[in-house]
Amino acid sequence: MQNLGPAARIFHALFVIFILAPLIMVIAVSFTDKGYLSLPTDGLSLRWFRAILDNPDFIDAFWMSVWLAVISASVAVLISVPAALAIARHKFPGRDVISAFLLSPLMIPHLVLGVAFLQFYSTIGLGGSFYGLAAAHVILITPYALRLALASATGLSTDAENAALTLGASKFTVFRRITLPLILPGVAGGWLLSFITSFDELTMSVFVASPATQTLPVRMYHHITQTIDPLIASISTVLIVLTFLVMLILDRFYGLDKIFVGKG
Amino acid sequence: MMASIQPRKVPYFLTGPGVIFFAALLGAPMVMTLLLSLHSYDFNTGIQPDWTLANYVEVLGDSYFQKIFGRTFGLALLVTVICVLIGVPEAYVLSRLSSRWRSVFLLVVLGPLLISVVVRTLGWALFFGGNGVLTMTAQALGFGDEPVSLMFTFTGMTIALVHVLVPFMVISVWASLQKIDPQSEDAGLSLGASKMTVLRRITLPQAMPGILSGSIIVFALTASAFATPAIIGGRRMKVVATAAYDEYLSTLNWPLGATIAILLLLANIGIIVSYNKLIERRFAKVFE
Repeated sequence: MQNLGPAARIFHALFVIFILAPLIMVIAVSFTDKGYLSLPTDGLSLRWFRAILDNPDFIDAFWMSVWLAVISASVAVLISVPAALAIARHKFPGRDVISAFLLSPLMIPHLVLGVAFLQFYSTIGLGGSFYGLAAAHVILITPYALRLALASATGLSTDAENAALTLGASKFTVFRRITLPLILPGVAGGWLLSFITSFDELTMSVFVASPATQTLPVRMYHHITQTIDPLIASISTVLIVLTFLVMLILDRFYGLDKIFVGKG
Repeated sequence: MMASIQPRKVPYFLTGPGVIFFAALLGAPMVMTLLLSLHSYDFNTGIQPDWTLANYVEVLGDSYFQKIFGRTFGLALLVTVICVLIGVPEAYVLSRLSSRWRSVFLLVVLGPLLISVVVRTLGWALFFGGNGVLTMTAQALGFGDEPVSLMFTFTGMTIALVHVLVPFMVISVWASLQKIDPQSEDAGLSLGASKMTVLRRITLPQAMPGILSGSIIVFALTASAFATPAIIGGRRMKVVATAAYDEYLSTLNWPLGATIAILLLLANIGIIVSYNKLIERRFAKVFE
């Protein structure tokens, strides 16, 4: 911190407090021993964490979100990897249009996607189905998977692949043994970022999810609009801890700053 | 395996699955929403088979909707300005930290982006509620026993949205600060410029593309934000996104909801595209 004056240090400290305050607040409230919303002034208690186990609908919603995120992140990666290879390594008519099309969900507000899917699925008779919800999530997260795949496929040297081809390897072997390992970090990072984006998504899912396919954010949102209690704080605390673990993995392998530049 | 495919066609086979998936599941729903907004709605018989711009006339002409659009625009502007005022200095501070502290604080500042926005908003709701910390603090400081609540207020929404979106500003400015050649700052200092002058004349202009792209991200995300305004603002402080939600899921006037959604989309794209044009023209040199 050698270049910083006292004013800059104070500002930095206040900024960090501002960022962390609501998270600390959630965690603090979740340890209350009272039956109502309060800070744990008389002592810590785990009663509201035990209460999660008595609310199977939240646990069901959690697993729903996990499965949804696993399936849609996997499909998004399956779509993105070949597309990224084509866009990064070939020049072809329509390349820019296709790339813009596959990245376009980034420019559409989630609310707009939500109402569009709501109407579309109820028209074609897929309203409230899990596959409909998963397909909507694939659309939403493919840009994230594609961008990280593109970043790792761009500028990739073809020397090793050409060498393998000359030595008689089939195209599929070359892809499996050379190309895929080279782009794997980007693909894995894209999968993880897609997973989190899908897992956290609320605005679009609130329109598409039915009571049978409620994701955790949707379930929590409906709970919060009815009542805010220590139960929702303890569930949030569990989520904060889980997210923090994923965050450490992402940061360790890719650097959070690289993942988020230009997101949005 | 792909020996039978002409090399010219390979890229189309590789992008094909994505393009087909997107055309069917993104193109079709978007077109249907656009068409839906062109039908009128009757509360007894539902969606009418006519073609009309009446919904657009209603949304753009009605003072109720004008107020909601105006509030949303004002909110987006205010949140963007505050994010610039606190996000830019924070990005600068981060860039000056030693590499060990920097990676710690990058994690602190960017990490919340990965945490569900419902959870982050809940934290502010706990602060803002009538029996929350705000009330306790006010009572402890002797401001009277009246509960202080920022729930369902514009101020509350602004604070929570700044918290949710300021990491985008920090990361965007941080990225452009990374590209600055430290020698240009050293040159300024060695030629006798004060630290303040270097900051104003050398660092800030080079950080400008990051500030602008951060602003556009924050503005667009605020204008279309749903979760935070819905939880903090509620029914009393409606914004465009929560108004569209109510049209779809409470009033059930889907054509009117579709109209609001289309207008939101057009405004979003319009702002992003015109901003990008502006940035490209003014900062063409910096981007090279």
